Amino acid sequence: MAGVADGRGVLLPLLHALQEEFGHIDDALVPHVAEALNLSRADVHGVVTFYHDFRRQPAGRHVIKLCRAESCQARGGRAIERAAVERLGVAMGTTSADGRVTLEPVYCLGLCATGPNALVDGVPVSRIDGARLERLAAQVAA
Amino acid sequence: MASVALGADEVAEAFARAGAEVVRTGSHGLFRIEPLVEVETADGRIGYGPVAPDEVGAVLDGSHANRIGKVADLSFFASQQRFTFSRCGVIDPIDLDDYAAHGGWAGLAAARALAPAAVVAMVRDSGLRGRGGAGFPTGIKWQTVLDTPGAEKFIVCNADEGDSGTFADRMLMEGDPYGLIEGMAIAAHAVGAGHGYIYIRSEYPFAVAVMREAIARSAAQVAPFTLEVRVGAGAYVCGEETALLDSIEGKRGQVRAKPPLPAIAGLFGKPTVINNVLSLAAVPFILANGAAAYAAVGFGRSRGTMPVQLAGNVRNGGLYEIGFGITLGELVEVIGGGTESGRPVRAVQVGGPLGAYFPPAMFHLPFDYESFATAGGLIGHAGITVFDDSVDMAKMARFAMEFCAVESCGKCTPCRIGSTRGVETVDRIIAGERIDDNIEILRDLCDTMKFGSLCALGGFTPYPVLSALDHFPEDFGGATALPVAAE
Repeated sequence: MAGVADGRGVLLPLLHALQEEFGHIDDALVPHVAEALNLSRADVHGVVTFYHDFRRQPAGRHVIKLCRAESCQARGGRAIERAAVERLGVAMGTTSADGRVTLEPVYCLGLCATGPNALVDGVPVSRIDGARLERLAAQVAA
Repeated sequence: MASVALGADEVAEAFARAGAEVVRTGSHGLFRIEPLVEVETADGRIGYGPVAPDEVGAVLDGSHANRIGKVADLSFFASQQRFTFSRCGVIDPIDLDDYAAHGGWAGLAAARALAPAAVVAMVRDSGLRGRGGAGFPTGIKWQTVLDTPGAEKFIVCNADEGDSGTFADRMLMEGDPYGLIEGMAIAAHAVGAGHGYIYIRSEYPFAVAVMREAIARSAAQVAPFTLEVRVGAGAYVCGEETALLDSIEGKRGQVRAKPPLPAIAGLFGKPTVINNVLSLAAVPFILANGAAAYAAVGFGRSRGTMPVQLAGNVRNGGLYEIGFGITLGELVEVIGGGTESGRPVRAVQVGGPLGAYFPPAMFHLPFDYESFATAGGLIGHAGITVFDDSVDMAKMARFAMEFCAVESCGKCTPCRIGSTRGVETVDRIIAGERIDDNIEILRDLCDTMKFGSLCALGGFTPYPVLSALDHFPEDFGGATALPVAAE
């Protein structure tokens, strides 16, 4: 809960901390969070399911977030997305059966003049072309 | 983050191994030359870029082919008017001494020598309007908060920069975090607020880290005002100010109906100044140099400078800060240098995913709030995304509807249902089914979304859709062009 100075409105920081710790927010945690913050379970469930970042199931060992927004599209992002789906053998928004890699769309990383862009295990990567995609695929094969 | 995405970490490590003293700065804002390395010499800082990790030796002995001389002398930078971004790329972002040596805290000192009402008057007289997109006069917003009684008031910085084609907030936070902190401290003095929040989207992990470090280091400078960072969780709609407030409060980020205005009943029901990063970061210049110095630059009712972001398929992609009034064509063709692919420019989208698409025939438009509104668009957060002639505008119209459907908060029907029906209708047009009838349905749907939605997500999605239809009818299969809606 680093950085939270004000005691109010701490649900999002708490959920971020839980996801950081456990990799996802298990449904079994929801009643405990609700009790700790004096909220209803429905409130907590509603928040967990509203935000794209919060996971209710574990992600793959590697997470590739590929930008799908307009600026990356203007730089060939759609073709890279198709190539990534084929090369990694995993559909957009899913995790591979062996739990190795999760491929997800993201809408803008703020690197709009150097796309197509991705966030690979939290590290930004720009100017993705066939060769760089190949390197990323090798990286997440580990 | 941009230069890191292009390999700057590896370059920095290579220099450290070679025994050089390495200072990491933010970005100057011309991505074609990144990773950029500047070497301190007797003649000043000499730039080289882009630089690869195995080229360190060539930089150190001055033989590197990509020697560009002093960065500020490049025409891309020499032709700018950098009010807000004057320190970005120049200073070590979290070095307090560096910040002070480059004019930092002068605005806050000037503000604290004045009564709150006088600070608000200066911001009003500068003509500063909200840089997040809505363009509402900042001074009037502050005046409302100042005039609203309340034992507790808040300053909230909207750093949920979710628009594709925009990155100025990220660059400012990563490259000059104290500039934002100083702006927020001035706002706090002006309205009587004790605590502030910077709400940063989770897609910007570097900005989160830099801002947290900068807040900790500058606590003494801004005291008794206190600040903290809150991180979003991947919801575009949280860039909408009332949804952002709900998100800080720990709720689903759904928009609130206005009134009440956040200035009167905002965060936790208290009077709240909520401004974009660029609005707040413009304030120290105004206090330090005077309202007239800021207002002297600009065009019509759009005063001061705008950090324009050139994005997409553009040769000189980056950040270009200039007074309002430069034409769209100058920005795209002259400053931006046209497309990176070398093919002709076909369309530019201005103002993010909710902004209109314009053809080169409209490049005479002056870049200011009113001109773009008159032409059926908006300048928004001043992101310009360039597309070459390979773009399919029907697909871009479909994408606009799809994005709205993915990101809708669900609170109002026109946005929640309308966007999904919009995707289906564009799909039928693309498939060639009763094209003219479906275009009529699509226009009708856009009308409902525009006037029936609670916030800009549903209300502005019609801009990209209708502008694509109006300016690029040939991509929708035989429909005839209709005159541009006078809006």
